[in-house]
This record gives sequence, C-alpha cells and structure tokens, in this order.
Amino acid sequence: MLTRMALKSLRNRSGSVVLTIMSIAVAVFLLLGVEKLRTETRESFLNTLSGTDLIVGPRSGSVQLLLYSVFRIGNPSNNLSWDSYQQISRHPWVDWSIPLSLGDSHRGFRVLGTNEAYFQHLRYGPGNHLVAADGMLSLAQFEAVLGDGVARELGYQIGDALIVAHGTGEGSFTEHDDLPFRVIAILEPTGTPVDRTVHVSLQGIEAIHSGWESANHRDPGPGAAEAGELAAEPAEISAFLLGVTQPTHTLQIQRAINEYPREPLSAILPGVALQELWGLVGLAERALLAVSTLVVLTGLFGMMTVILSGLNERRREMAILRSVGARPRHIFLLLMAESTLLGTFGAVSGALLLNLAMLAGAPYLRASSGLHISTSTPGAIELLVVGAVMVTSMLLGLIPAWRAYRNSLADGLSIRL
Amino acid sequence: MRSRPNLSSNESLKLTAKTVASLNGVSFRWPTESQPILEDLNLTIEAGERLFIRGASGSGKTSLISLIGGLLRPDAGRIEVLGKDLAALTAGQRDRFRADHVGFIFQMFNLVPYLSLVENVLLPCRFSPVRRRRAVEAAGGARRPSAEAERLLKRLQLPESLIHQRRVSELSAGQQQRVAVARALIGRPELIIADEPTSALDPIARERFIDLLFEECANTGASLLFVSHDGDLEERFPKRLELRGPQDGPPKAHIPC
Repeated sequence: MLTRMALKSLRNRSGSVVLTIMSIAVAVFLLLGVEKLRTETRESFLNTLSGTDLIVGPRSGSVQLLLYSVFRIGNPSNNLSWDSYQQISRHPWVDWSIPLSLGDSHRGFRVLGTNEAYFQHLRYGPGNHLVAADGMLSLAQFEAVLGDGVARELGYQIGDALIVAHGTGEGSFTEHDDLPFRVIAILEPTGTPVDRTVHVSLQGIEAIHSGWESANHRDPGPGAAEAGELAAEPAEISAFLLGVTQPTHTLQIQRAINEYPREPLSAILPGVALQELWGLVGLAERALLAVSTLVVLTGLFGMMTVILSGLNERRREMAILRSVGARPRHIFLLLMAESTLLGTFGAVSGALLLNLAMLAGAPYLRASSGLHISTSTPGAIELLVVGAVMVTSMLLGLIPAWRAYRNSLADGLSIRL
Repeated sequence: MRSRPNLSSNESLKLTAKTVASLNGVSFRWPTESQPILEDLNLTIEAGERLFIRGASGSGKTSLISLIGGLLRPDAGRIEVLGKDLAALTAGQRDRFRADHVGFIFQMFNLVPYLSLVENVLLPCRFSPVRRRRAVEAAGGARRPSAEAERLLKRLQLPESLIHQRRVSELSAGQQQRVAVARALIGRPELIIADEPTSALDPIARERFIDLLFEECANTGASLLFVSHDGDLEERFPKRLELRGPQDGPPKAHIPC
C-alpha cells in the first residue's frame, strides 16, 4: 500500500526523479561494465589456450612470452634457433610441439608461420580443436589458412591470393608482393586470437624473407618457384608450444629447457604466466573497481539529497497524511519506500542499459579485439550489484525517513505553507 | 478493536445526549512559550451537534484541534472523545483512534497532489480498517469503498467528469474543499473537525460550502467542530465558543447561548 503511494509520489515529481534514476543507472552501468569487462577478459584469456603444457621462447619475461606467443600482443624481441627447437621437440618426454614464427602482417592482421601440428594439437576453450569452416587444413609452402575474422573482414574466399608484409602495422612498410599466398582454408570462429590470424607455413615465411634480409630488398628477389627451392627449413622461430607425454614430467622438462646449454631459453607454464599477468593488471582493475563503486555511492548520496531537500516542501503533505490517520511510522516507511524504489529503478535500468550496450557492442568488440562478451544471462554479479544498491539505498533512505518522522511528530496537524 | 458507540445517522439524531467530545479544565502551554495558550477550558460536543469556535490566529485554535485529535497532551485537565480518556491511550492508540473516529478538513491545499480525487477521498480507509469497513457497508456491502467515495463526491456536487480526473491540482479551491469534505466524511467518523475550511473561498462559494457541509454531516450523523476567525459564519451555528488566546489574560471559554 505504501509502496503504491511512494510510486505515485515519485511519479508526481518525475523531473528530479528521472534525473536521479539516471545518475544511479549510469553509475551502476559503469560499475557493472568494469566488472563485466574484467571477468570476460579473464574468461576470454583463459579460453584461448588449453592442453598446452609449456610455452618455450628465447630468454625473456614470462608475461611477454605469453602475450606474443598466445595472444598476439606485442612482438618477440628475439628468436630461438631451429636446431634447439628440433632437439627439444625430439625428446622422448615431449609428446608434440608447435613451432611459431611471428613478425609479419597482412593488412593489419598478424601472420603466423607454423606447421600442420598447429591444427592437430592446438586446443582452446574446454579442449576444442580447430575446425575448418571451408577448405582443407594443410599448410604447403604458399598456402594460407585464415581465421574467421580475417576472412570475414577482408572478404577472402578459398583460392584468393594475399600478400604478406613485413612488420605488423596496417599497410606495413615493405610488402613481399612478389610472393603471394593462396587461401586454402578458413577456420570456424573460436573467440580467440586465432580468429584474427593468418596462418602460413614456416617455409613460406622463410621464403619471403630470403634474399630480403641480406640484400635489403635491392635485388629483385627470387620468384616463387625459386624461393621454394631455397627455403627448406627456417633458421629461426619465435617460440614453440609443447605438450608432454606425462604431466608429471612437465616441471622437469621446464627446468631442463631453462638450463639449456646451447642458447638461453625460457619455458613457462601458461597458467602460471597468466596468473602473473593478472597480478600485474590486478592493481589497475581494483583501482577501477573502487572508483566505479564510489561513483555508485555518489549517485546514491545524490538521491538522498534530492529526497532530503524535498522534505520541507512536503511537510503539508505529511500533515495531511497524518490527519487521515497515517502514523509517524507510515511516514517513515513511505520515505524509505521512495528511496528504495529510486535505488532499485536506478540499479535495474543500469543493468539493463549495460546488457543492451553489450548486445549492441559485442560484434564490435569481437571484431576489434577478439574479445567475446557473453550477453546471454544476467549473472551473479548483476544480481549482487543490484541487490547491494537496493540495500544501500534503503539504508541511506533511513536518513530522510528519520527526518520526516521527526518532522511529522513535531508538526502534527499544523500545516506550514 | 475497542468498543465504540455505534452511531448510525438515525440513532445519533435521536440520542442527542450522547457526548462525542468533552474537555474538562484543559490547559495547554507550548514548550517554547511562557504563557499557556489555553487555560481551564471546558467544552462538550454532543452527537450531531455543530459547534463554532471563533478566534484570531494565535488564539489557540490549532492547539485545541491537536488536543482533541490526540496529537498533543494537555498540561492539565481531561479530554474524552467518545467516552475515551485520551490520556489513557498511547501515542499509537491515539493515532488509530483519531483515524477511526475523526475526520479533518483544513484551510486549503487539503489534498495529496499525487493522488487522484477518489484516492484522496479513500485515504482514511487506507489507514483505518474501521472506516474502510463502514465505507464498504455504506456502499452496499459487496462493493468496494471507491463506490462510496464516488457517491460522496457526487453528493458534494462535484461534476461526474471531474471525479475521474487524475490531477487534483486542476480543481478550483471550492472543488478541492468539497473533496476534502468527502474525505473527512467517508467511513462515517463521529466527529468532523474543520479548520478554516472556507478561508480560500469567495462569499458565494462559502455559503454553498457550508450548506453542503451541514447537509452531509446531518446525513452521516457526525458532530461538527468548525474553527474560524471569520465571525460572518457564526450566525449559522447553534453553539459558539470564542478563544481569546493568552494576550488579554487567561483565555475564557465563552458560550453566548
């Protein structure tokens, strides 16, 4: 009954009420957005790689190695020799290995040199294999397998030719335009950086670079056929992924690689490196979360101020209610109901706003960063935040409610104009 | 619920000896004032009676109303409403008692702005189950109390087209006061207290308002306590009282007839 009255009272003051609700909604939107982005980023990172026991690269920080080898963020500062890769991957405890060669791009998308082991052993999410949406997963020398996003954005189909550029910016400085690659397969979308990668063979990478590095591109360079003959095996790769035969061997192999005598190497456990990464960004995340929590509190305090400042002009209304039989506690509850309703409307519309924004923005986020935001169900976080805002607005409502209670006791039926 | 004299309209007209409210030697002083505003006040209101209380502002009209309504406690003396000693009730019980048995009409802006006409009239039924039950009975039992609210509004000559109006702020002052009368009358409270209800009305509207108020009070058998500074209306009341306030000595209850 009092809730219905509170609703009507709020509707009567719709101007300030709408503004108050909006300020709470925007604050809740911000808080939920930060939290959502945080959890979804983690989820997305966590889903990018599974089943890989070790990542091996030249001696470097583990976060850096993880970022460029798995997430295609940043560039390898160094390479490791093909010989070391060969030797380590032939160890009896090593079940499989995937060589990775990075550093080139195609129209803004990373080009990854690898071999067919990539399609065979790379897993993502709970353990999914890469699947071809179209074409055959093979990597002969001048063949390319495109991630879903690359094909969609650039409009490539099976059989199209593409040119690889050195460097990783869009429209990179030097295009290896004499050696086109032919699209042989397009992968199903994965929601990982694979979607935004052009996969070519190691030999292909080697071929476009041979006659280039030494001659600084002054001589015309070898033709495609000629290059095929030249590049049998690459001299260097950027990193490799490794699966072991027995999980119990992982740490021993890691130690052995870290102490590898012929060149300085780093072997990292993906999970541990990811934890290290979260440790680095955690501080910023917490700061962001704290700021947005304060923004929500500011919105709620604003709401309380609006209600408090309206109380004086509502003393007449309170006296009328008292004269028709409302007891002081009814006045108290009416004011409590008003602030709780305001807080709830604000929180719910903030959550709705965020879900709408995610629905609208998910394709863009996915296209620009490969980040997948699940928009399906409002999760525990939303419920928690909406609940917390409701409770806080109720508690803050105690202040104007108490003030109105005291007023109505003091005023009685005497009405002030 | 405690026992309560059952006053249907016919009964109350016959049983004029029944006392609705009585004040015996009542004194009251506001905590911030040095002089008591009411001193040794005696008055009784019988069932169906109409009492006019005249007094300038500051003469203690609001105090008197608040005392009878149970919102203030007297410093001395005894106040009984429908045979109940208000001093024996707790604040909560007095609130409930007032809601059940007293209807109020104030000067102006009597209505809650965000409620419709009918909702305003029904307010006492929200807070008092007794008045809600009586309103349902008056509406013929099976129907909702809103039927009674509409009937009262029609009896108070509010045009049908206005009754379902959303915004009370669009009503004229006279119409607003008539809605306030309907609200005071719904659920047949035994006592109606009107505090300067005509101050915002022009003389013609004022006369019409008084006519309607008397008619409807007679209809429900309610006693009427009418407070005003305006002596012009005095003639229409059989029983009068003047409050003088603290300035010229102790206030005296003065009943000319």
